[in-house]
Amino acid sequence: MAETMKLEIFRYHPEKDNEPTFQTYEVPFLEDWVILDAINYIKDEIDGTLSYRWSCQMGVCGSCGMMINGVPKLSCAVFLKDYYPDKIRVEPLTGFPVERDLIFQMDDFMTKLTEIQPYIIRNKDEEKPLDEGEYLQTPAELARFKPYSMCINCMLCYAACPVYALDSTFIGPAAIALGQRYNMDSRDHGRDARQELIASHEGIWECTFVGECSAVCPKDVDPAAAIQRAKVSSTIDWFKDVLIPWGKKK
Amino acid sequence: MGKKEMSTYHRPFPNTWWLKRKPYVLFMIRELTSVFVAGYCIFLLVFVYKLTQGADVYGNFIDALKSPSSVALHFIALAFVLYHTITWFNLTPKILVLYKGEERIPQGLVAGMFYAGWVVVSVIVALFVLGM
Amino acid sequence: MITNHDIVMIGGGGAGLRAAIAIAETNPNLSIAVVSKVYPMRSHTVAAEGGAAAVIKDNDSLENHIHDTIAGGDWMCDQDAVEYFVNEAPREMIQMEHWGCPWSREPDGTVAVRPFGGMNIERTWFAADKTGFHMLHTLFQTSLKHNNITRYDEWFATKILVENGRCQGVTAIELRSGKIEVIAGKATIMCTGGAGRIFPFTTNGAIKTGDGMAMAYRAGVPLKDMEFIQYHPTGLPGTGILITEAARGEGGIMLNKDGYRYLQDYDLGKPLDIDDPSHPVKKSMELGPRDRLSQAFVAEREKERTIPSSYGHVVHLDIRHLGEKKIDKKLPFVRELSKNYAGIDPVYEPIPVRPVVHYMMGGIDTDINGATSLPGLYAAGECACVSINGANRLGSNSLTELLVFGARTGKAAARFALEVPHPDKNSLELQTADEQKRITRNFFRKGRGTERIFSLRKEMNETMETSAGIYRSGKSLKETCDKIKELKDRFVNIDLEDKSLNFNTELTSALELEFMLDVAEAIAYSALKRTESRGSHQRSDFPERDDENFLKHSMAYQTNTKPHIDYKDVIITKWPPGERVYGKEK
Ligand SMILES: Cc1cc2nc3c(=O)[nH]c(=O)nc-3n(C[C@H](O)[C@H](O)[C@H](O)COP(=O)(O)OP(=O)(O)OC[C@H]3O[C@@H](n4cnc5c(N)ncnc54)[C@H](O)[C@@H]3O)c2cc1C
Ligand code: SF4
Ligand code: FES
Repeated sequence: MAETMKLEIFRYHPEKDNEPTFQTYEVPFLEDWVILDAINYIKDEIDGTLSYRWSCQMGVCGSCGMMINGVPKLSCAVFLKDYYPDKIRVEPLTGFPVERDLIFQMDDFMTKLTEIQPYIIRNKDEEKPLDEGEYLQTPAELARFKPYSMCINCMLCYAACPVYALDSTFIGPAAIALGQRYNMDSRDHGRDARQELIASHEGIWECTFVGECSAVCPKDVDPAAAIQRAKVSSTIDWFKDVLIPWGKKK
Repeated sequence: MGKKEMSTYHRPFPNTWWLKRKPYVLFMIRELTSVFVAGYCIFLLVFVYKLTQGADVYGNFIDALKSPSSVALHFIALAFVLYHTITWFNLTPKILVLYKGEERIPQGLVAGMFYAGWVVVSVIVALFVLGM
Repeated sequence: MITNHDIVMIGGGGAGLRAAIAIAETNPNLSIAVVSKVYPMRSHTVAAEGGAAAVIKDNDSLENHIHDTIAGGDWMCDQDAVEYFVNEAPREMIQMEHWGCPWSREPDGTVAVRPFGGMNIERTWFAADKTGFHMLHTLFQTSLKHNNITRYDEWFATKILVENGRCQGVTAIELRSGKIEVIAGKATIMCTGGAGRIFPFTTNGAIKTGDGMAMAYRAGVPLKDMEFIQYHPTGLPGTGILITEAARGEGGIMLNKDGYRYLQDYDLGKPLDIDDPSHPVKKSMELGPRDRLSQAFVAEREKERTIPSSYGHVVHLDIRHLGEKKIDKKLPFVRELSKNYAGIDPVYEPIPVRPVVHYMMGGIDTDINGATSLPGLYAAGECACVSINGANRLGSNSLTELLVFGARTGKAAARFALEVPHPDKNSLELQTADEQKRITRNFFRKGRGTERIFSLRKEMNETMETSAGIYRSGKSLKETCDKIKELKDRFVNIDLEDKSLNFNTELTSALELEFMLDVAEAIAYSALKRTESRGSHQRSDFPERDDENFLKHSMAYQTNTKPHIDYKDVIITKWPPGERVYGKEK
């Protein structure tokens, strides 16, 4: 083996361990290997018992998020060469319970995603029959919500969020961004239905604007911006309610 | 094959979490600086109050402010308030997302508008103070 | 334990979710299960880039889409299915729009369409170059609306349960606990996607291992047209990451090592200048069908006009002339992928590409309702073969197929479920105990086996690439049939280091390998028996198309020894077999 590199990997097995341990593996160093390639190499050639999630290998399925030297990353999108020759420490995403090795539990997010109602809600009687074709939406209207629709549910933003780690009732960046994605879609009328949750204590007001969710997001979704903008519009709602109670939403 | 009930492992999240990475440290400093911003606001209120108490009281107050420790404190406060301002100005594009047609107005430009406004206001204040 | 549902979907990709929603909308009282070995939004539909075809613009016609599809499939498509597909496609795509899919738009707010290979006019709807991603997330998020859909996320189906002559559900491993349970249903729909992972170099993600095909095959259902495997002409060397056909649809060109647009030498028309307003010409040159483009690559390679690279030979896909602005707007993902994984910025440099295994035209044999020969078992999506893709799928027909046949199959399965009695609980429990025993015996037995998953998989990959690639011959296919047999024999001695229950991904890899070996066997035998060349199946020893003997679907049945290959007539309604013409005005 020519050049090699060391990976120090978080191991935890619920059937055997009470506490996690770290195990160090030596893998070949290849210029064009991503960290996931090295982990697959370990699984195939060194240790079949290592468990982790992956599929697409192109940064779009959102399965392979891991802490790489303490920073949340998609392991299929970061290269060994960016760390060479130092040892790389690989852990499951923080903020979530660990199921086994690098596999964390994301049930909580799935529940929150459902609660945020991430689908088009139309006013009663304003559904357009399919025969009448598509809803018109200009490229400019599309551009308003497009960035928020790019979320791959990779959970890196949650792993970067200290608020979520301290209090997991916080709805969190991606779920709120997805709520905003529909709120800002010109075809949607569901903002009021989502607002109850978004503007609740567990919603946007829990956010202290650390901003790291946006910094680690691999798809430039900018969930921090989604949350801050929701704060602004909720505040405007509040002023409208208080100052012009009779002028309440149409 | 053990039949033990599966248990997940919850990692501890120590109070020192914010020391682990630079962005968190910077965030904590930003939070800390707000103490100074608030403190200086209270100071300004006191300042106005003293002004209403007549020339003597005000004069003594101003003299006290000239002490080296007070000046030092002012510089420290200035540094923190500047840090606070700059970090928040840099965050404004996240709050103010503007579009021109399909194109998002570049984040630098939005923040730039705030900096420009800041300079303008500072110049007016400076002219006002120096002009006096 | 047994959980009962009316309809069980195995797979939460585009097809599975579309089927689930169709049932939920039409029968809110039915209990629907979506079983998926990964969270549904991780399904490989997520990786589809270019777009989904449906006639929507006034200048287009259904007739044209039908004809393009049938000719593209080298007349192996069932024409009734194609006709239904094309007619229903626009409605399904509008439905996606109503559910919120962020389709790219024209300035007036109508959906935009782009040209795609083998299509005579622009008719491919797109959401920039992340169409599959947006469709999958739209479907998944829309499915959250329906509380009669129960999800089994990260449950791995292992076997179809047949009792009383009909399919009554599956056994599945809950990955979290490792427990094997029955998920019983009056009807079951396989939506498990393709099997590209049988090959070493593929655009398919790790989960595309042909599980559903193999499960159906083992349950006695034939696999149809398995020899037809699509190579996409433009994959990144090394990783196999796809550079979408949309890159050529938007005007990208293919160049050999001399910077020459080599496709003009392969009966695909004459190139127009890239500045010509008529470039790119539909159904010509770079917009020819995928099988022909991939074959042209092999010919170029033989003429030594390709470019050597550290991952085999490549040619260039050049989109520089589109300019940064257009690339960022229409092909942002192409730029992101090229930069990250090929280390080049396509705004300034041509992209190195080579053909890569992409799609399985064949699959579980179904009728136009998605029903298989086993009552109660249905199939839709890439794992099924209805068949609209024939011997070569046209790009952007597959995503639409997920919708059209996902919905239709869902509704058909729901009708079936309303008519049959509840599953036979006791016998299903017995079968599950058997399945548990089988898995324990095969994978958790005492003492160590001698074979490693990795090496068996590698040998399977290699033999399939050598013999079932772009060009095939009887001799090498014969060798591969024997090789697969050998691998299956050796599989019995597989060694797992991990004998635990919780999230045992080594066990699932072993089960997937076992599935793939079955599918590989069906591919190799079907290919060996088809002694003609058609679409993606090119036999160097039989270079001509032979309508007389082979205008027929291959049907592979599993037996105790080698598969039995039978044939079934292609359904020809109005479009008699003709010559495939590209690059010429018709
Ligand atoms: C890179 C790429 C780009 C593409 N681009 C286009 C394009 O632009 N246009 C186009 O029309 N087509 C395109 N295709 C083809 C198209 O995307 C696929 O054919 C289609 O998405 C398949 O969808 P599906 O629902 O059948 O399967 P998938 O989306 O693959 O889903 C399969 C599902 O089955 C589940 N599953 C599998 N096995 C099991 C098991 N044992 N137990 C439980 N669950 C299981 C999986 O978890 C998953 O949920 C592309 C394909 C690829 C790979
Ligand atoms: S917002 Fe970004 S980081 Fe968070 S889940 Fe979505 S894609 Fe991942
Ligand atoms: S493997 Fe799909 S995002 Fe990394």
